[in-house]
Amino acid sequence: MQVVSPIREKLVTGGKTYHDVTEDISRQVEGPVTKEWKVVFGISLIVLLYGAYWVYQTWWNGLGNWGLNKTVGWAWDITNFVWWVGIGHAGTLISAILLLFRQKWRTSINRAAEAMTIFAVLCAGTFIFLHMGRPWLAYWALPLPNTFGSLWVNFNSPLVWDVFAISTYLSVSLLFWYIGLIPDLATIRDRATGIRKTIYGALSMGWTGGARAWARYEDVSLILAGLSTPLVLSVHTIVSFDFATSVIPGWHTTIFPPYFVAGAIFSGFAMVQNLMLITRVVYKLEDYITMEHISLMNKIITVTGSIVGVAYITEFFIAAYSGVQYESYAFINRATGPLWWSYAAMMTCNVLSPQIFWFKKLRENIVVSFVIAVVVNIGMWFERFVIIVTSLHRDYLPSSWTYFTPRMGDIGDYLFTFGFFFVCFLLFAKYLPVINMAEVKAVLKSSSEKSEK
Amino acid sequence: MENTTKKYWKGIEEYRNDIEVVKNAEKEFNLEDLDGGTHRRDFLKMLGFGVTAVSLAACDAPVRKTIPYLNKPESVEPGVPNYFATTYAEGGEFCSVLVKTVEGRPIKIEGNKLSSITNGGVSARVHASVLSLYDNEKLKGPQKEGKDISWEDLDKEVMAGLSSASNIRIVSSSVFSPTTKKVVADFTSKYPSAVHVTYDANSASGIIEANEASFGKAAIPSYNFDKANVIVGVNCDFLGTWLSPVEFAGQWAKGRKLTSGKDGKHTMSRHYQFETGLTTTGASADYRGMIKPSQEGALLVALYNKLAGNTIGNSAFSDELLDKCVADLKAASGSALVVSGSNDKAIQTVVNGINSLLGSYGNTISFAKTLNNRQGTSAEVAQFVSDLNGGKVDAVIFMDANPVYSHPQGAKIAESLAKVKTSVSFADRADETAAICKFIAPAPHYLESWGDVEPKTGSYSLQQPTISLIYNTRQAQSSLLAWAGLDSDYHKYLKSNWKSNILSGKSWVSVLHDGVYDSGASSDGTVSFAGDLGAAAASIASSKDGGLEIAVFESVAIGTGNQANNPWLQEVPDPISKVTWENTLAVSQKTANELGLEKGDWAKLSAGGYEIELPVLIQPGQAHSTVSVAMGYGRTAAGKAGNVGANANPFTNGVNWTGGASIEKTKSGYTLAQTQTHETVMGRSAVVQESVLSEYVKDNKAGRFEPMIETSEGAVKPYTITLWNGHEKKNHSWGMVIDLNTCTGCAACLVSCQAENNVAVVGKKEVVRAREMHWIRLDRYYSTDADTEYQINPSHLEKMEHASENPEVVIQPMMCQHCSNAPCETVCPVLATTHSSEGLNQMTYNRCVGTRYCANNCPYKVRRFNWWKYYENDQFDYNMNNELGRMVLNPDVTVRSRGVIEKCSMCVQRIQAGKLTAKKEKRRPVDGEIETACSQSCPTGAILFGDMLDPNSRISKALEVEKEGRAFHVLEEINVQPQISYLTKIRNKDLVDSKAPGMHSATEHHEEEAHAEEEHNG
Repeated sequence: MQVVSPIREKLVTGGKTYHDVTEDISRQVEGPVTKEWKVVFGISLIVLLYGAYWVYQTWWNGLGNWGLNKTVGWAWDITNFVWWVGIGHAGTLISAILLLFRQKWRTSINRAAEAMTIFAVLCAGTFIFLHMGRPWLAYWALPLPNTFGSLWVNFNSPLVWDVFAISTYLSVSLLFWYIGLIPDLATIRDRATGIRKTIYGALSMGWTGGARAWARYEDVSLILAGLSTPLVLSVHTIVSFDFATSVIPGWHTTIFPPYFVAGAIFSGFAMVQNLMLITRVVYKLEDYITMEHISLMNKIITVTGSIVGVAYITEFFIAAYSGVQYESYAFINRATGPLWWSYAAMMTCNVLSPQIFWFKKLRENIVVSFVIAVVVNIGMWFERFVIIVTSLHRDYLPSSWTYFTPRMGDIGDYLFTFGFFFVCFLLFAKYLPVINMAEVKAVLKSSSEKSEK
Repeated sequence: MENTTKKYWKGIEEYRNDIEVVKNAEKEFNLEDLDGGTHRRDFLKMLGFGVTAVSLAACDAPVRKTIPYLNKPESVEPGVPNYFATTYAEGGEFCSVLVKTVEGRPIKIEGNKLSSITNGGVSARVHASVLSLYDNEKLKGPQKEGKDISWEDLDKEVMAGLSSASNIRIVSSSVFSPTTKKVVADFTSKYPSAVHVTYDANSASGIIEANEASFGKAAIPSYNFDKANVIVGVNCDFLGTWLSPVEFAGQWAKGRKLTSGKDGKHTMSRHYQFETGLTTTGASADYRGMIKPSQEGALLVALYNKLAGNTIGNSAFSDELLDKCVADLKAASGSALVVSGSNDKAIQTVVNGINSLLGSYGNTISFAKTLNNRQGTSAEVAQFVSDLNGGKVDAVIFMDANPVYSHPQGAKIAESLAKVKTSVSFADRADETAAICKFIAPAPHYLESWGDVEPKTGSYSLQQPTISLIYNTRQAQSSLLAWAGLDSDYHKYLKSNWKSNILSGKSWVSVLHDGVYDSGASSDGTVSFAGDLGAAAASIASSKDGGLEIAVFESVAIGTGNQANNPWLQEVPDPISKVTWENTLAVSQKTANELGLEKGDWAKLSAGGYEIELPVLIQPGQAHSTVSVAMGYGRTAAGKAGNVGANANPFTNGVNWTGGASIEKTKSGYTLAQTQTHETVMGRSAVVQESVLSEYVKDNKAGRFEPMIETSEGAVKPYTITLWNGHEKKNHSWGMVIDLNTCTGCAACLVSCQAENNVAVVGKKEVVRAREMHWIRLDRYYSTDADTEYQINPSHLEKMEHASENPEVVIQPMMCQHCSNAPCETVCPVLATTHSSEGLNQMTYNRCVGTRYCANNCPYKVRRFNWWKYYENDQFDYNMNNELGRMVLNPDVTVRSRGVIEKCSMCVQRIQAGKLTAKKEKRRPVDGEIETACSQSCPTGAILFGDMLDPNSRISKALEVEKEGRAFHVLEEINVQPQISYLTKIRNKDLVDSKAPGMHSATEHHEEEAHAEEEHNG
């Protein structure tokens, strides 16, 4: 009897009822810890502890544990920072911009994407502290009232802008994510008993599920979406200013803001893709995260990958067209100098690899999607490495030209953030609903069909 | 009484007199668990207290107590430095210096401008010598066979040994101290069998012997490079190491200075250099030829033949450059100078012949005043060695000599020395020779000693202690006097000798104050050449090409290795190769290809049964089929810092080279500790600007690169468009002008800066990681054979990276440029680097959080980050890791903590001190009163510091003429407006010979080129 619109595919398959949704999602939170989870969590914890050892080394003994030198003052630290911030873009983009554009397919993935955002931004924040020579004085970068007389921060410095951008982004993302969690937490609370009930009860902040609560929830979501939308663009724009406002050839580039934002979305979506594909299989959420989702994500990856590809080529054109010797050398050196391999890795991973998604078959192949998403994130890491290190290692005076070789400290500190990220994400996946039940329920009925009870 | 006292009970139990109460009546607290030792609560209390106490203690910086003077010594004001004039004289080197002492400790060496010889110039080694004073690896007192002994016992035993000896030898480096000579004479009169053997590790025996044969004067004359219009050096590093480099560099620079403007000096000397390895002298020369060491003689014979027109012998040597050189020498007769660093009598005889042919004697060379700092001849050393080996010597005293290390037959000497009955060394440590000697009677450092020197006839320089003895040491002279049975008070002895023999009525105190004294004495300088050129040529002709030849040279930093344990010197980058902390096997690229050697290889070099293993250095400008190895390394008993590299001395055969060598690769994949790894300037005219004299004469702006920025209103100069408001400079505007023409790269400024500003030593490993901390560096750029016109072509750019086979060299001192629009200042998030009202870019260490953004954004890459804690850290076991070594620290400069950025401050502490002095005297600072550490020490005056707002300052006057002449800012087009200007490098070279960018086409395509440059920077 039902007529399903041929152009509007179902967002959730498998004929799920509202109750099914609650069951499917809450099952993961309520059930016992699985063996797989334990194994993965254990590995993440080991990585975290190993990384923590190197964090201790770098903090206690100094940044000499890294491979930096007199010419290359930033390398893995800021590469990792920008990379994590970039990854952190997808969450807000999905929840805010896609919300404003009424892209309902986002509901299945926004929760995890937002969680990922928060953890990624925290990882990025780790490098803000880590990269400092004297991290215990990090608060000096905040415009705090102090006893140093009129000493304030330098509002000219893009690093101060970064402080504002990242902290705003983190707080808004956190708020957005948590507000979205409240109805689901209440659902779990209502099903839980004992201590769990108390905890989830406290976390759900007295959610009643009444019409007024829902109306406010919708309003707040919209307001936060409105607030976050400019943030999606501003954060990476400001991060790009770290480079764009400098005088270093290869950094001093006006194309950076849009190029960085596109790159951020690119890597963020790739990371979401990775995490969702794993969660989908492990938590058996194939009906919620459908092939349609994967395909759409792949399309966005291809588009943003192509945008950064265009940006790479534009940079070269401008370098040549400007006629500035240093500028053009910086770019030729990027592609053909001692660090050519990083440039080649970047071009292959970011520009070429996503192009395979022009083929529908590949776009809808889970293994291919997963592999490409990993490749894209490797590529985006190299993009930042290329920008930072190839520009620095050979700038104006050839006398100071050096090479960069990472040391264990670089690797260890990077591993630390991986450990941190996955430990957080696994805890999230176990103790909080990975899919926004409330919003998914709202899109169960995507056509004129009757929703099943 | 009892009735009046009310009875109180602690409780009903007590009233009832319970059994429990009675049991515990004796215990104040009714707590049973108190008896059982430590309990939970106590444990927690202890834990709490412990953690709090430990964390409180850990939070506090350790308190260091300063103890005030109970009786303040006269003239010592805390915080106010005192300067004493004294003299560095070690191993045949000398320099008249002023020593800055604060609260009784010498911390800095400055040049003594009153000296007529060194004129206020100081070399890197002399600067670093203040650190050698605080070397904690020195002996703490006298020793006998490795065990401590008192001076009384030592004296007794040594005197007993000497009295019973029938053949005593005193082996010393050249003694050019009149009073020490007298001491030796007194000693000899007590022990008539004593023979004084002069042994110089870097002997000039060849010159002395040749001069004796040629002129009947066994001495080294004075050289006047300033009077020479044409200078020819043959394997003679007179700007770096030869005889009296500080003096020669100053003279040489006089002939190289140019000034723009109508009345400017537009002439300069022409300098030819023929050499094996590339030295600072060769790098500074106008023309440089590459010769094998075996060709030295042949070249000079050919030169003589061409000059004289007659033939003193066959010479197979022919070279286009030599013909050019001959033509110039002929034209410059009377104002020409030919010098050779060879230690071969025959070669030096030919040099004498050439110089007398050119009329140099009396003009550029003078015997009126002889240079006395090398007196040793190989004959007397050979005699001593054979006596020693033959067991004829039964007592030997070593004074400032370490032949076991530095003599080619050191191993044999060591063997024989062990058999000598009485052997004494005055060495400050158990060095290679002293360790074998029976007794070590350690002499103090020169900064703790009295003394005098007469480096040139009639020119004296005094030595006075600037600190009381640190260890239980005694001056060598005092020891000799004591053993001669005389009063061992050398101070008294010195003073009386001066009063009776030298001062001729002048005040001792005023001479001691000045540090130098010129008696005006000179001998008859007229000489006539009577050398046997035929025999010399024949001897030269007999020396055949030696296949692969090893040239052993003195490096600028380490020299003969007597200060090898000085970490400052070990970390001085070689002016040319930029290698630190070790010596290398330098070969040309061509030779390396032939021998199958590559960058990063180690190889075993062997000749005459001796072999060493060292890393290979591919050195542009190295003569083919030669290997250059620096001496002074490979010490085994110098100390922690000094025992690096390999000893090349055994290769020398008195002539500093040997043939028939073979080389064999042993391993690969090694990274040399170089502070600069890139060779060329990549055609970047905004960095190095150079031209040739003929062009400069036509146009003062020759070689200048003036970028123009395209705007809607046409092309404009970069400084006319800006985003910035600039900084107002009301009072002073400190700046520098650095003359690329006279900088030789000698690194004196670098060590001076290191001493002044407490710059940390980081060690070899960290230099490999490109983390040296020097605030001033000497950028060295080789010319390339590739077209330097910038092209967007990767393979062309790759070619530009490679130096020419025999490159032209530019050395550019580079330190913080104190930009007026400083890129570092805008990016610091916490305002740790800001601009002063006097044009300085200031670094506030306290405020720095260490983001390194400033360092990244510095176009000159002069900012240095403290990757580690470099003081009190066993990882960096250099002077800042021990109490004694830290005495050298300048109290006016903060020792930087880990995690902060540092950089050149333009010696702001000196500026401040100078301003305060002037303020106290209610006047403006006078030009020249304030000098930075680098400008103060430059032997050639290449660095000029001053106030650019003072119209009468030297810098203002220099800039006034040079603004439309040679002055340029590095990277002008990025409009950072540095306070430091450079003066173009001008070579006295024919235009066609120049390898500078754009020089080949300069004349024909002048206009086209200017246009092209504009386009490049539009």
